[in-house]
Amino acid sequence: MVKINININNKAYSEEVGDNTLLVELLRDKLGLTGTHVGCDTSQCGACVIHVDGDSVKSCTVLAAQVHGKDLTTVEGLASDGQLHPIQKSFQNNHALQCGFCTPGLVMSAVDLLKKNSSPSEDEIREWFEGHICRCTGYKNIIKAVQEAITQ
Amino acid sequence: MYNFRYHKAETIETARSLIAQSDDPKILAGGHTLIPTLKQRLSQPSDIIDISSIDELKMITLGDGFVTIGALCTHSDISNSPDIKKNIKGLADLAKQIGDPQVRHKGTIGGSVANADPAADYPAAVLALDGEIITSAENHKATNFFVDMFETSLDSDEIITGIRLKIPNSSTYKKFRNPASGYAMVGVFMARYDNDVKIAVTGASSSAYRMLDVEDSLMSNFNNDIMADVDIDTTNFNDDIHASAKYRGVILKVLLEEAILELK
Repeated sequence: MVKINININNKAYSEEVGDNTLLVELLRDKLGLTGTHVGCDTSQCGACVIHVDGDSVKSCTVLAAQVHGKDLTTVEGLASDGQLHPIQKSFQNNHALQCGFCTPGLVMSAVDLLKKNSSPSEDEIREWFEGHICRCTGYKNIIKAVQEAITQ
Repeated sequence: MYNFRYHKAETIETARSLIAQSDDPKILAGGHTLIPTLKQRLSQPSDIIDISSIDELKMITLGDGFVTIGALCTHSDISNSPDIKKNIKGLADLAKQIGDPQVRHKGTIGGSVANADPAADYPAAVLALDGEIITSAENHKATNFFVDMFETSLDSDEIITGIRLKIPNSSTYKKFRNPASGYAMVGVFMARYDNDVKIAVTGASSSAYRMLDVEDSLMSNFNNDIMADVDIDTTNFNDDIHASAKYRGVILKVLLEEAILELK
């Protein structure tokens, strides 16, 4: 077991984790933060994307022990005071989800994109989502949602 | 995943002594090859030694015609570095073509070079930029480093600390990307120096290699018309579900021509 201290959504956690526990397993199974999903478990689908020290990463491909001392944000940490984050709102406005399974990862990725590039072109948005798979939407409305969020 | 003991090493010295104390250790940098490999139970190390918090391995330094990139620089660090963009544009472009943004936030140049995947991108750049692989023990010339598929001249207790590259006058990386994995079916890195041209190929065979014959032709005449006389020997090329050896040969020729046209 490894002892780690981490911050998740501005809350401090001190946890004992297995040496081979994945970060996404810690979040979902131990801490109950089930907004982060596991799709492929092979770092291809992007359903598990969260932020570690401000960068979007795939939490299925990080060991929990690796994030000792780091700041994490999961999809649960986006809304504040009962108000959805602008990206969440624009996903809702544009019907950018159907089954919703991939959505938490896409939303976290989109937040990271707009933090790094405040006015991405459509090509840049599509490139940024390369590591995400959505089987419902055909991506069209996801792109539209990000474009709407740019203007807000 | 099989069980292993996890250790966080805060210094290279600690990492080395942990290696010495372990039966079958593996170094963890970005983990974006190692962790998938562990998940598939393709590897069963006794100990995982996490070096990712050693900050001195995260720097990019410029000096006397060379760039030294710390082993823990991520693909994202490299593609966004103003020094790399300005001095070795081909390398910044290469790093941006690896995986996807989230993978690029974690994967490192040291990890990729140590792993020596035959379809990895960096080996082509390291060879064409007259690179040296700096380790905890010695410096390896890139030309002697990539031995075969997933095989390098590293000793089992050696840790890559940085990659030293010679700044070219101009450079480019041309890649035919596997649409599913993003890996290079074939990738060509070309660098021009005063009176010198260096070309290296990845993805085509069991490990990256230099194309000395094409380099020679281009040194006397840097023009795409030399391609008419280039005969690609595909005898040892990879031949798999992604592409036949013959097809890889055709792609290589096209990429070489594109690279020459860009740097002409």
